[in-house]
Amino acid sequence: MSVVEATPPVVPKNVRKTALNAVHRQMGAKMVEFNGWDMPVEYPASIGCGIVAEHMAVRTGVGIFDVSHMGDIRLAGPEALAAVQHISMNDASRLAIGQAQYSALLYPQGTFVDDVIVHRLGEDEYLLVINAGTREKDFNWVRDNTRQFNCAVENLSDDFTQIAIQGPKAVDVLQKLTDRDLSEVKFYWVTRGTLCGLKNVLMGRTGYTAEDGFEIYVPSDEETSARVWYEILTAGKEFGAIPCGLGARNTLRLEGKLPLYGHEISDTINVWEAGLDRFCKMEKPDFIGRASLEKSKAEGVKTTLVGLEMIDRGIARDGYKILDEAGREIGYVTSGSPAPFLKKNIALAYVPPAQSAIGTTVKVEIRGQGVKAQVVPTPFYKRPKKS
Amino acid sequence: MPYPTDRKYTKEHEWITADGTVGITNYAQDSLGDIVFVELPKAGTEITAGKPFGTVESVKAVSDLNAPASGTVIAVNEDLATSPEKVNKDAHGAWMVKIKVKDPAELNALLSAADYEKFVSEEAAH
Repeated sequence: MSVVEATPPVVPKNVRKTALNAVHRQMGAKMVEFNGWDMPVEYPASIGCGIVAEHMAVRTGVGIFDVSHMGDIRLAGPEALAAVQHISMNDASRLAIGQAQYSALLYPQGTFVDDVIVHRLGEDEYLLVINAGTREKDFNWVRDNTRQFNCAVENLSDDFTQIAIQGPKAVDVLQKLTDRDLSEVKFYWVTRGTLCGLKNVLMGRTGYTAEDGFEIYVPSDEETSARVWYEILTAGKEFGAIPCGLGARNTLRLEGKLPLYGHEISDTINVWEAGLDRFCKMEKPDFIGRASLEKSKAEGVKTTLVGLEMIDRGIARDGYKILDEAGREIGYVTSGSPAPFLKKNIALAYVPPAQSAIGTTVKVEIRGQGVKAQVVPTPFYKRPKKS
Repeated sequence: MPYPTDRKYTKEHEWITADGTVGITNYAQDSLGDIVFVELPKAGTEITAGKPFGTVESVKAVSDLNAPASGTVIAVNEDLATSPEKVNKDAHGAWMVKIKVKDPAELNALLSAADYEKFVSEEAAH
């Protein structure tokens, strides 16, 4: 056994902590470094957790995640919409107050600075929620590319503890803790209300699990953060709520084909290759990346993102090579893992368009052997419609 | 937890009994988390002490299984192909391979149960 990493008893220097760090360690979570953050990857089997149990809790009941490592950028001012429209590829002008949308910030080459959820909080107020690993990069990018607009750009990343409550029972759990009628809040809309005694808390019906759920933003002091965390877990007990770490966060988003920066999207991959066309509104006024995207659309893609399911025994993992039937290297796996709910081994991979049709057989190189896999439709998992 | 005294242990968390039965320790399965895949060599394969002879995979990671001693594989636990979680449930009972040990003296260099227990409690604390 060559990989048995013990959780260091103290957080290593130069690694950031969320306000809930002590809570995770107290609960016995296995901690790992993720993009400069000391984060829980899974909680102990002794309290009914572990990646598989956490994944299943979210699919069948409810799971609670600390996602405070993500970043928050607020744009406010008379030209906030114009600023957002300039840097974001989706059309923010379609957002009513309280509505959110998935989008991305692009480089002039049409490749990704980051993916983002754009929330319209007010008449001229927008909140961008961004990835942990790109906090500084994104903030600098947004600030530097919106100077020409009458709009203030603020980095609020350290101001909030962000907790995700995800699963079919998420709304039932949160409803116990707030005065706001959550049945009025549709998916991808946000609201404010009193939560755990805190006034005016932002609650968004958003998430990264391909399930229903909410993400809440509470003050980032340790005392408040811990209190809210435990109140949510207690309120969720009757629904089987357990704390969930980054391990389950990854397997859940993978089943739902949600991209991860640095894997399916990056600064060398463009919107068309990543298959994110429907979030890119080419018909809106100019935005950064648009001109390149027009050109690359006309040229056609040389590589495209597909979903794979292993046919023969083996697990495709990040970075593994994709081979054609003749054993020639044709692409690579961006993300691969066992899928705990689907009980299959799945992966996302970049392959040439000629090998991207559903049903195409390819090989994944696993420890020197080509193991058979098949291109399948995505998302691998779609949550059942509420009857 | 007390480690069985009927076997020897490696610093890489494998165990081997006197009759050449090999597996991984409870500490290993706990560190790995849910085991989803075990890849073992076929009967007749020669394995070399300290070198990888197979892999065990959790949801998140791939780990080499290192041979505690050199020898020839004479039996493989086929159960683990369909039920890898047996290793999580009972690591000391879920044998992986049985080998004909080339040089039984090699086992003398391995850790006793007491030494292994000391080793892992230090590892967990650093």
